Amino acid sequence: MSSRFRASALAIALAALAIAGCDREERHSRSKPVTETIPAGQSPDTIYPGTGTAPPLDARAALYDNNAPALAEGQMLYTQMNCVGCHSHGGGGMGPALMDDEWRYGGRLDQIAATIAEGRPNGMPAWRGKLTQDQIWKLAAYVRSLSGQPSKDAVSSRADAMSATTPGTLTPREPAHSSDTAQQ
Amino acid sequence: MRRVATAVLTVSAALTGAALASCNKQQPPTSQARILAPLTSGPHALPPAAASPVDDGNWVMPGKDYASTRFSALTQVTPANVRNLGVAFTFSTATTHGYEAPPLVVNGTMYLITPFPNDVYALDLTKPGAPTKWVFKPKPIAASQGVACCDVVNRGAVYSNGKIIFNTLDGQTIAVDANSGQQIWRTQLGNIQKGETITMAPLVAGGKVLVGDSGGEMGVRGWIAALDEGSGKVVWKAFNTGPDKDVLIGSRFKPFYASDQGKDLGVKTWPPDAWKIGGATVWGWVSYDPALNLIYYGTSNPGPWNPDQRPGDNKWSTGVFARDLNTGEAVWYYQSSPHDLFDHDDINEIILADIPWNGARRPVMLRPARNGYFYVMDRRNGQVLSATPYGYINSSKGVDLKSGRLIPVAEKEPKSGRVTRNICPAAPGAKDWNPAAFSPITGLIYIPHLNLCMDEGVMEANYISGTPYLGADAKMYAGPGGNRGVFTAWDPMRRRAVWEIKEDLPLWSPALATAGGLVFYGTMDGWFKAVDARSGKLLWQFKAGSGIIGQPISYRGPDGRQYIAVVAGVGGWAGAIVAGKMDPRDPTGALGFANAVKDLPMKSTAGGMLYVFALPR
Repeated sequence: MSSRFRASALAIALAALAIAGCDREERHSRSKPVTETIPAGQSPDTIYPGTGTAPPLDARAALYDNNAPALAEGQMLYTQMNCVGCHSHGGGGMGPALMDDEWRYGGRLDQIAATIAEGRPNGMPAWRGKLTQDQIWKLAAYVRSLSGQPSKDAVSSRADAMSATTPGTLTPREPAHSSDTAQQ
Repeated sequence: MRRVATAVLTVSAALTGAALASCNKQQPPTSQARILAPLTSGPHALPPAAASPVDDGNWVMPGKDYASTRFSALTQVTPANVRNLGVAFTFSTATTHGYEAPPLVVNGTMYLITPFPNDVYALDLTKPGAPTKWVFKPKPIAASQGVACCDVVNRGAVYSNGKIIFNTLDGQTIAVDANSGQQIWRTQLGNIQKGETITMAPLVAGGKVLVGDSGGEMGVRGWIAALDEGSGKVVWKAFNTGPDKDVLIGSRFKPFYASDQGKDLGVKTWPPDAWKIGGATVWGWVSYDPALNLIYYGTSNPGPWNPDQRPGDNKWSTGVFARDLNTGEAVWYYQSSPHDLFDHDDINEIILADIPWNGARRPVMLRPARNGYFYVMDRRNGQVLSATPYGYINSSKGVDLKSGRLIPVAEKEPKSGRVTRNICPAAPGAKDWNPAAFSPITGLIYIPHLNLCMDEGVMEANYISGTPYLGADAKMYAGPGGNRGVFTAWDPMRRRAVWEIKEDLPLWSPALATAGGLVFYGTMDGWFKAVDARSGKLLWQFKAGSGIIGQPISYRGPDGRQYIAVVAGVGGWAGAIVAGKMDPRDPTGALGFANAVKDLPMKSTAGGMLYVFALPR
């Protein structure tokens, strides 16, 4: 095998990596502004009379899912808005755990965003009006990452908290819709 | 060569044996009492007669009496016959959260108050199986669960003049007719939008109902209020931070130590306006001395937990107030943990006692405090007579009896930008809310407590009303010895432990002492235990369906027999990992308590159940 051949193989590999890297997120810095509305009342896993299927995932979820800057900003908001005081670093406390496979009000990104925006009856505060829609989506993306849903190259490799907490890159991925799978 | 091989084999066999033996040692320590000092005879501490009247066989308030003795004078159950104790009846509370309240018993009726939704049940003890007489459902706002820091507990109701009076999680005080269960009055005191809840048990004295708020983790401003027992109207309300006029500090206020003297210290010992969101709540116990007409209560931690955000002594947090019952005027104050660093609320029970002192008796209060010191204080003026460690402490060097101040250890002070390791005791202290019992027969205080240390990192906390105001990540674990709980029989006169029982799990259950010579307490894996009051020897135990954090009581039934009652139902801060279905992989869960009890979900499941025990007929 000639050295030139090896070099070109390396170049191809590097190019492939670079392309994969380009693919990992889109910032949409020049796109049209996103409509500033949170999906109202996206239901958790439930019965959908007549159709039997849940409404499709809100298109905006794709802008925040697997998006490193969105996850990083969501992580900051999680501390700044005192989410951490109730849900800890995913283990829960005053509020339910967020790193496990149980979602009371649905684990889809649009469902989590709706929970943050509207609040829930057993003590989850309603953040609509306190946070912008964009912030709520980012926060939802980070909350979803606590159970390891996004790809590992989008999440932070370090925890902002005490060294004892697990960074996102080491968070195991929980089944996203356990209640569904458990029933099937 | 062969000899060498044999030797190697022998050694490896021995090593295997040793390894196996050490594996056996990994089993949870069995609760054998260790005698540490002789139980001396001679004059000892006694409760003041006015605050601890003759036992009539009822149990009308959580502390048993105004002196908070948690002592039953009944003598049928003794060390000799306790092994025959059996279940007389049970009752499901229909709740799955931490059950910290005691049953109350008044003339043949038992009253229970559950954690949220704070339902009150009256059970008819005169009929077989104790059927329900009535149930009262106050229907507190469900959202209040979201601002209750440490599970949605309630620490008890109180009976007075034909009424059952209790607090709800969403900040109400309610009086119902003890016979009919009909509401008499209802007063809204707390505001959940500000993070205020009420979890404490009210105390009724001299026609006044004393109530305080919870929410030291939510940036609330602590207060205590006295309501008129007949109407529920607020007679006086005293804040525990802010200007003197709000704190009801006036001409009668004579604190013993210089650092508590001065004008508007509730403002000046805080950064500007921080006192408005500075905690100092009243979620624990109130005692009352009828002879001095003073009430005594402790204040909670200051907020936020991060001490960097609140330079100063942060008065009047983490201390004890004495106030006039009629007017609420402050008479004295003592701060156990000035500028609290570790969430060492001072809300623990205050046991009133008169102790032999230079040939006479001195009126004192006995306080196994959260910061790890057992305080003996003159209850007339707040002077600290002694402060002795009753658990392992490395975060302070002692209490200076000249200035009254806790002596801090600089390297244990949490600072922004670093994690402070091995702070002992941890945030819940050497002992949390669960009260000790005081037997006037032995003169000992029976203290169920904790052996936990923690790592803590602090950062800037944002104040947003209705959300936590903490600025800290903590992670707790067992202290020296590896046991997470301790049950200590403490001699307050000789300032030493007489015996102790090491418990594997943290002790979150209160204690009960009886004149029969027994002490009762429960464990978080559901064992309800009777030990000898003199030696600590385990004499009887019963495995309940859930962990026990409820207050045990003893009463005389309509049939004249002595009964022992306790409600099981794991939860509270220590058991939130079970009651809140938390994920044990996060060490910071439940403000760091989760890490210390990762094994609890395998040892106890949730569910409230009353157990009543008696000797066979």
